[in-house]
Amino acid sequence: MTGRIGVPAVSLASLLLVWVVAAALTADPQILPQPGALVAPFLAEMSAGTLPYHLGRTLLRVLWAFALAMGTGLVLGLLMGRSARVNLWLDPWLVVFLNLPALVLIVLCYLWIGLNETAAIIAVTLNKIPNVTTVIREGARALSPDLDAMAKVYRMPLGARLRHVILPQLAPFIAAAARSGIAVIWKIVLVVEFLGRSNGIGFQIHLYFQLFDVGMVLIYALSFIAVMLAFEWLFLQPWERRARRWRGA
Amino acid sequence: MITVDIRAKSFGKTQVLGPISFSVETGETLAILGPSGIGKSTLLRIVAGIDTRFDGTVQRPGSCAIVFQEPTLLPWRSALQNLCLVHPGLDEAAAREALGRVGLGDKADLFPGQLSLGQQRRLALARAFAGEPDLLIMDEPFVSLDAETAETMLALTEALLADVAPAAIFVTHARAEAERLATRIIELQGAPATVRLDPQPGQEEGDPPHDRA
Repeated sequence: MTGRIGVPAVSLASLLLVWVVAAALTADPQILPQPGALVAPFLAEMSAGTLPYHLGRTLLRVLWAFALAMGTGLVLGLLMGRSARVNLWLDPWLVVFLNLPALVLIVLCYLWIGLNETAAIIAVTLNKIPNVTTVIREGARALSPDLDAMAKVYRMPLGARLRHVILPQLAPFIAAAARSGIAVIWKIVLVVEFLGRSNGIGFQIHLYFQLFDVGMVLIYALSFIAVMLAFEWLFLQPWERRARRWRGA
Repeated sequence: MITVDIRAKSFGKTQVLGPISFSVETGETLAILGPSGIGKSTLLRIVAGIDTRFDGTVQRPGSCAIVFQEPTLLPWRSALQNLCLVHPGLDEAAAREALGRVGLGDKADLFPGQLSLGQQRRLALARAFAGEPDLLIMDEPFVSLDAETAETMLALTEALLADVAPAAIFVTHARAEAERLATRIIELQGAPATVRLDPQPGQEEGDPPHDRA
């Protein structure tokens, strides 16, 4: 237990210490305020309801984009990993989209679809799908042909085959795609909000950037990082432990 | 119960199998003998329906089961689930009984990785027989086992074959195994491989053991 909770806690505390030292050396709260100085404005934003509201908006966009990108990437990756023909056709597309800068996709989506929620979520999703597809394709290529043959001879139904034969083999790849996915997605969501939304963490950061309020920028950014850490520890890691149970046994 | 009529099977330009025809009735066990590399496993993969790229026809019954050289279990599911997931019609009590039958009654909740190789092999055997298949295919099921484990597996297979009485086909390079389990033996020879014509000692009844197409 010490290892699982103690070490990350000490690790985070040392990061905080670096901040305290840096703030002391800077000695200018305009540039870098002390962590303690952020508590009061944080509580004020919380009780006013603005922080939870913007946090909620961003979280909703992240979840939508995450679900869409993971779902599409999983299907595409599986198809491309399983079929050389499909891969031959789709691989150039993958390379094009992998190398398309996030900013270009975002601007084009806003220009073509309009400054609305759909454009925002599609822009983030399109940015993330190629990464998920690439990772899952590697997993699909490594699927065991022996288990495939077994499932075929015993005529396992497609659903059972997917759930009990294919997905457990893909689990490490799905976890890797999800972990890097959620981090990249929330960063892109912020850019999307920065450029063309009137709410969300990115919008607030834009606002306080114009007011040159470093403290508020930090409060909004750190709040969402806290949410992401909670997601990692409360959802992703327990799920991974469960999926990996058979290895340690 | 199963009729196999293969005209040819090639990998690229190399023809591996020539004309091979045989049929196996319910309750009959056919052993396919031949040296390593002759194409026994290729033949078996065609018979099982894993490999569909060949010239010829195979008529197979509704339910098939297979025992590979390797156990080929789902390592992320328990021993019990390895039976139940593959046979959705099998209830838990029947699955536990099938495990008991191969001496794994107390191992139902363990993952395959927690079992010895011999136990994994027996689990694969239990999985094959649990569904009471019409056709059972075994690809060198006793290869690379120590003498004692191989004997346990052989005895177990013998008993299960007598109980379930499927049409069974198995491949081996050990004549002793073939003579013990099979009601009929065919031998592959040559390149591309075909069925050897002279009569075999394991043969029963007056039917011709094979006919060349």
